[in-house]
Amino acid sequence: MTVVGGVELHTSLRRRGTSRAVSGLLAVSVGVALLPLAAVLAYTISRGAHALSISFLTHSMKGVGPLDPGGGVYHAIVGTLEQVAIAAILSVPLGLLVAIYVVEYGPSRLAFLVRFFVDVMTGLPSIVAGLFIYAFWVLALDRGFSGLAAGLALAVLMLPVVARSSEEMLKLVPDELREATYALGVPRWRAIVSVVLPTASAGITTGVMLAVARVTGETAPLLLTAFGNDAIRFSPFRGPQSGLPLYLFSQAGSAFDVVVRRAWAGALTLIVIVLLLTVVARVVTARRR
Amino acid sequence: MAKRIETVGLKAWFGAFLVLDGISLTIEAKQVTALIGPSGCGKSTFIRTLNRLHEVVPKARTEGTILLDGLDIHDPAVDPTALRRDVGMVFQRPNPFPTMSIRDNVGAGLRLNGVRKRGDLDDAVERSLRLAGLWDEVSNRLGRPGASLSGGQQQRLCIARAVAVEPDVLLMDEPCSALDPISTLAIEDLIVELKDQYTIVVVTHNMQQAARVSDVTAFFNIGGAGQPGRLVEVGRTSKMFTNPDDPSTEAYITGRFG
Repeated sequence: MTVVGGVELHTSLRRRGTSRAVSGLLAVSVGVALLPLAAVLAYTISRGAHALSISFLTHSMKGVGPLDPGGGVYHAIVGTLEQVAIAAILSVPLGLLVAIYVVEYGPSRLAFLVRFFVDVMTGLPSIVAGLFIYAFWVLALDRGFSGLAAGLALAVLMLPVVARSSEEMLKLVPDELREATYALGVPRWRAIVSVVLPTASAGITTGVMLAVARVTGETAPLLLTAFGNDAIRFSPFRGPQSGLPLYLFSQAGSAFDVVVRRAWAGALTLIVIVLLLTVVARVVTARRR
Repeated sequence: MAKRIETVGLKAWFGAFLVLDGISLTIEAKQVTALIGPSGCGKSTFIRTLNRLHEVVPKARTEGTILLDGLDIHDPAVDPTALRRDVGMVFQRPNPFPTMSIRDNVGAGLRLNGVRKRGDLDDAVERSLRLAGLWDEVSNRLGRPGASLSGGQQQRLCIARAVAVEPDVLLMDEPCSALDPISTLAIEDLIVELKDQYTIVVVTHNMQQAARVSDVTAFFNIGGAGQPGRLVEVGRTSKMFTNPDDPSTEAYITGRFG
C-alpha cells in the first residue's frame, strides 16, 4: 500500500463499496420515479393510438348515439384551447406582476400579505374554484355556462402557481445584476424590464408551462362552468362548451368498448397538446436569448 | 468631466448597525485614490455611499454630507438615478448581463437610458471597448454573449460598460480580487490610463496594488468586532507607504495585522 505523509493514496475497499452502493441506490430511485410516468404514457399510447385518426380529430360528438362508433374530439380541443388561453391571458400577466411586486418592491407588510394569500390560494381545491365561478359568474351575474366561465375558474387556479414560481425565479436573479444596472444610472423599472426579467425568463416560462399543463387537465371546475357540449362551439363567450377533460369524463365512464376507446384517444390528444405547448414555449424563449 | 468628491462627517448604517462613523475625506479629481484597510472596516460601504447605491439595500441609510464638485448629492433635487450616471461603479466580481451580447453589455447604460440610434450606440461601444483595452480582443465577436469571455476580459467589459455612460467618477470595489495576475496587471494599467479623464476610487486588499496605481491612499480601520469603521489616515501614497503618521497604518501596511 502506498503511503505518503501517512495518508493512504489507494481508496479503501470499504469506500469503493459504499460509493457503488449509493450510486446504485440513486439509479434505482430514478428508475422507480420514472416508472409511473413511463407506464401511464405507454398505456395511454397503446390504448389510444389506434383509435386516433384524422376523422377523430376533426369531428365532434354531435348526433353520435350512445353506442355508435365514430364521433370525435374536435369540439373538445377547441374548447380546451380557448379555455386555457383565456386562463393564461388573465393569470400570466397578473401573476408575473404579483411576483415582481413581492420580489422587487418588497419586503413590506403588503408584500408579505400578498405572498401569504398566494400561498393560501395555491392550496385551493379546484372544485372550489369552479364552485366560486359557478356561484358568482354563472348564477349571480347570470352569465350562464360558457368557455369564458371555465377560463375564469382555471385562471383562479393558475394565478397562484404562476405567481409563486415566477417569484422563485426572480429571487434567483443575483442582486449583483440589479446593482450593476442601477450603477449605470438605469431606473429601477427599466432594470426589471430589461435585465431581471430576461435573466429569469427561461425559469418563468417553465413555471407558466407547468401551470398551463396543470389546468389543462382540470376537470372538476369545468363541470360547473363550461358544462360540456356535444357540438362544436367556437365562441367561448356564450353557452356551454366542451373541453378535453370533460370529454374524457363523459366517455370513460361507459361500459361500452367503443366509447371507452374514444376516451383513451382523447387522453392521448390531451397529453400531446400539453407537450406541444411546452415545446413551443421552450423554442420561443430559447430564440429570444 | 472628472469631479472632486468631499465627504463631511459621513455615517452609514445597516438597520441599527453603524458601519461607518464620521468619515471626512476629500478625493481629488484626475487622481487615483486607494482605500485600504482590514475586512469589514467599511471601505466598500463608503464607496457605495458615493453613488447612493448603499441606500438601495433595505434598511440601509446614511447621514452626513457628500459633495460632488460642491453639489450636495443628498439634496432632494438630486435624482439618485441621474447621479449614478455621473458616478460609475465596477464591482468585485465581474458581472456582465448574462442575457446580453458583448455589444449590448457595453451599450446597456446608454440603451436602457433611451439612446436608440444604432450609429451612436456603435460609436460609444467601440470607444468604450478601446478605452478598456478590450477592442482588439473582441471586435470580431461583438454579438457573442458577454459571459463567453474570460474572467479578466469580463471585468474589462464591465469597465467598458461603466465608462460608456461617460461618468465623472469611477468607483472600483476590489476590481482585481477575482482575477489572475496577468488580468490584474491589465486592469491596473487601465486604471492609470483612465485617471487622465476620471476621478478614480479603488478599494483594494492588495498593498502592492495600492502602491502601484494610486496617488493618494486612505486607511480605514475598525476598533474591534461590532464597532464602526473609521478613517485613520489619508495622504500621498508614497508617504503612506514609507512614513505614515499613525502606528496602526504602518502595522497594517507592513502586514502585522489585517
